[in-house]
Amino acid sequence: MERVNQLTEQGAVAGRDPVCDMTVGANALTLDGFSGVGFCSEHCRRAFRAAPDWYLEGTVGGADPVDRTPADTGGGPSGIGHQAETINLSVSGMSCASCVVTIERALKSTPGVLDAQVNFAAEEAKVEVDAVPVEVLTAAIEAAGYQARVIDGQPDEDAEQAARIRLYRKLLRKFAFAALVALPVIYFSYPELFPGIPEKGSTALDLIWGAMALLTLPVLAWSGSQFFTGAWAAFKHRSANMNTLVAIGISAAWLYSTVALLFPSLIPEERLRDVFYDVTAVVTALVVLGSALEIKARARTSEALKKLIGLQAKTARLIRNGVEVEVPIEDVMVGDIVVVRPGEKIPVDGEVVSGASAVDESMVTGEPIPVEKRQGAPVIGATINKTGLFRFRATRVGRDTMLSQIIRMVRDAQGSKAPIQRTVDKVAGYFVPSVMIIAVLTFMAWYVFGPAPALLYAVITAVTVLVIACPCALGLATPTSLMVGIGKGAEAGILIKSGDALETAHRIDTVVLDKTGTVTRGEPSLTDVVVMGTFSETDILAMAASAETGSEHPLGEAIVGGARARGIEPVEPDHFEAVPGHGIEATVDGRRVVLGNLKFMADRGVAAGPAEEVLERLSDDGKTAMLVGVDGRLAGIVAVADTTKPDSVAAIGRMHALGLEVVMLTGDNVRTAQAIARQVGIDRVFAEVLPEDKATQIKLLQAEGKIVAMVGDGINDAPALAQADVGMAMGTGTDVAMETGDVTLVKGSLTGIVTAIELSKATIRNVRQNLVGAFAYNTLGIPVAAGMLYPFFGVLLSPLIAGAAMAFSSVTVVSNANRLRRWRPSLVKEAA
Amino acid sequence: MDVVIVVLAGVALIGLIVWYFWLWKPGGVSAGITSGGIQEAFIVVKGGYSPDTIRVEAGRPVRLVFNRQEADPCSEKVVLDAFGVSADLPEGDNVPVEFIPGQPGEYEFACQMGMLRGKVVVS
Repeated sequence: MERVNQLTEQGAVAGRDPVCDMTVGANALTLDGFSGVGFCSEHCRRAFRAAPDWYLEGTVGGADPVDRTPADTGGGPSGIGHQAETINLSVSGMSCASCVVTIERALKSTPGVLDAQVNFAAEEAKVEVDAVPVEVLTAAIEAAGYQARVIDGQPDEDAEQAARIRLYRKLLRKFAFAALVALPVIYFSYPELFPGIPEKGSTALDLIWGAMALLTLPVLAWSGSQFFTGAWAAFKHRSANMNTLVAIGISAAWLYSTVALLFPSLIPEERLRDVFYDVTAVVTALVVLGSALEIKARARTSEALKKLIGLQAKTARLIRNGVEVEVPIEDVMVGDIVVVRPGEKIPVDGEVVSGASAVDESMVTGEPIPVEKRQGAPVIGATINKTGLFRFRATRVGRDTMLSQIIRMVRDAQGSKAPIQRTVDKVAGYFVPSVMIIAVLTFMAWYVFGPAPALLYAVITAVTVLVIACPCALGLATPTSLMVGIGKGAEAGILIKSGDALETAHRIDTVVLDKTGTVTRGEPSLTDVVVMGTFSETDILAMAASAETGSEHPLGEAIVGGARARGIEPVEPDHFEAVPGHGIEATVDGRRVVLGNLKFMADRGVAAGPAEEVLERLSDDGKTAMLVGVDGRLAGIVAVADTTKPDSVAAIGRMHALGLEVVMLTGDNVRTAQAIARQVGIDRVFAEVLPEDKATQIKLLQAEGKIVAMVGDGINDAPALAQADVGMAMGTGTDVAMETGDVTLVKGSLTGIVTAIELSKATIRNVRQNLVGAFAYNTLGIPVAAGMLYPFFGVLLSPLIAGAAMAFSSVTVVSNANRLRRWRPSLVKEAA
Repeated sequence: MDVVIVVLAGVALIGLIVWYFWLWKPGGVSAGITSGGIQEAFIVVKGGYSPDTIRVEAGRPVRLVFNRQEADPCSEKVVLDAFGVSADLPEGDNVPVEFIPGQPGEYEFACQMGMLRGKVVVS
């Protein structure tokens, strides 16, 4: 009882329901024997009665059950030996959102439950357990006062999608009903226009109109119910939206008509006793149809993300205890050996341990040509194995895989705001109340200055103003284009981190490229073999490569790699000696081979005088040259250099075509830097820049008034990437530095820069079209609806047309954004 | 006479709209503190955010748990622009959004279209 008293005191002080933690007042429900404890609802009281101890303990201990770790809820650690599994339960009996908290608490307090999530709308509970029978879970839920049963099979992954479709269908049904009612209503609303209608003022027509009043009531109450509930919910939050405008518009038309019909004495002039049930029915039908179409169109804006999610493999074939077993993707652990057959999807990220194949990585990197994979090569989950069978060791699984990271990044980016939208948001906050004020002013103006029948005109124009204004078109303009644009980027292997980056990218006028790893491959390769004596080119290379097989120096590796690429297999040297910083000496097939610079040759008694001129030429080209001496005589020269990537020239050409200035930044000497710049056609070179000064160089460019994009590998260039207006990090294979930079180019190619800028331009153009369209529509539409044209041309807009315009303006905006889905990089377009 | 009444009523209505939607300042609620020291608030999303003003302390982690209780797609995303976070809100799910507020001030959060709005008041 002591515990209860404590609780009572706490409960009284905090004034919170011990079950759902909601604040409760003096009118809270109580329970005998637990004075001072209040409940928000009968459910909470019942749940408390079922397990008072638990709630008391939870409260007295001060522990928040939601924050409990598996260990303190009694669940064992998940991991080896303990297979966590997810159980899906269907829960019924929930009446409010606090029930969610109650059930989650009840589940989480059950020993063995690692996590529980309850979805109020879907009436489902997702429970992660470690060896807990389903009956225990259902019992826990029932003890809390609800009913539960297990759902067989997988949880519905596309619950959101299904909800969208349900809503879409419901709106279509609502539209169908409203449209059906609208047809006779329109017919009988215009006795002057259509034949066979009783005369105006006759009892017969009054009766027909009375029937119309009754018929349009369910149109308001059912077809248009979301306008009223939406308007009311917004009103409670002291805000107003499209629903508010439509709800006032259609109900004003109905109310005026009904008053005119039922109480003709209130409206003395006979001309005023007109009805507008057609406005109610037609506007409702059109706006509901517009909402339905908008939902459909909006679903398409996130298609790229859905496609990415759909790429994930469902199962993986593992080697466990020497046997091949197929397991769900969730069960793959780092270190597992995975088997992939031709045509199969690679389930997770990893490194090839045996076998070889070509892999189609286009879905992740945007690179259309399959990539060769052999032992040691990294593979990316969700890519497709084309030709051979191979095994790989899983290195990243679950939410760490590259695809998962990409999905997260795209989702975050789609949720971010572009600077342009912040301005729109400010306007949006004032928009709807402003329209309401304009409607009131319109009514006043027509009533005071308008021609007779003034009241009729005042009502009609005010309703038209309310109905034509479309805040949705304005609100949807930027985010929908952004969703599509960022999704398109992901499809092309360009990950744009935020709306900010996407918007800034279209203003870039200067691209700064880091040389090593960006313009060039970042590793030396063999470029020249010069014959200086009697040996052939092949012999020289064979001897140089054989001498270098023992070397671990990157230059040596480049020579060995170059020889292999030319079909020369080096042999093991009999004797090997390296003199760091100078060269190597080795015995290959009985010959004494020396490799090194001029000084080293002199030391080893090799006369190398004639080579000097060639050495200078090679050095001018930014290459590192090594003399090769065989048996004391100069045989030739081999040169290695960090070569440019194959598509660098083309990509830089495209940047120039886009009017961009291209600058190269490097720590290398001026000579090497300029040699590379010449090869690829770069305008400006900043050489011998220390890594810590790269950011300063960017600052200097910005001081010249340039909008700078810095492109680097994302690891060494982080400060420069951060300083630039847009930092673009180059990914290489699986090592994608996603955290640095505003844009990540998954495939480490310069063409991605061009594509990113093109995409930004296309997206911002689309946003502008949308915004200009939406602003123009509202700024022209509202005055016309208010009757501004009437004094000059005698033209008045029909509220029916206003309703149609409003319904389709937002659909138009979303459809325009969807046009971006057809966007393709210029490179792809040319190739096609 | 009726003209005067209509004009007066109209002006009064405009005043009411201005006051109700723009001038009124919400009081807001302070976030509760969990045992883990996190400032936590539960926000229902239905035509708006309830509560729509959350008071928190600077420098302490904040967890806003959103629960969307409507099918209207307008509110399907919540964006806390100032803190660089956003979340999809499947109908009925409790979706936690976490961040650490730095400087005191008022920071807006909104749906993707900027129609539904709330704010975090950091002190």
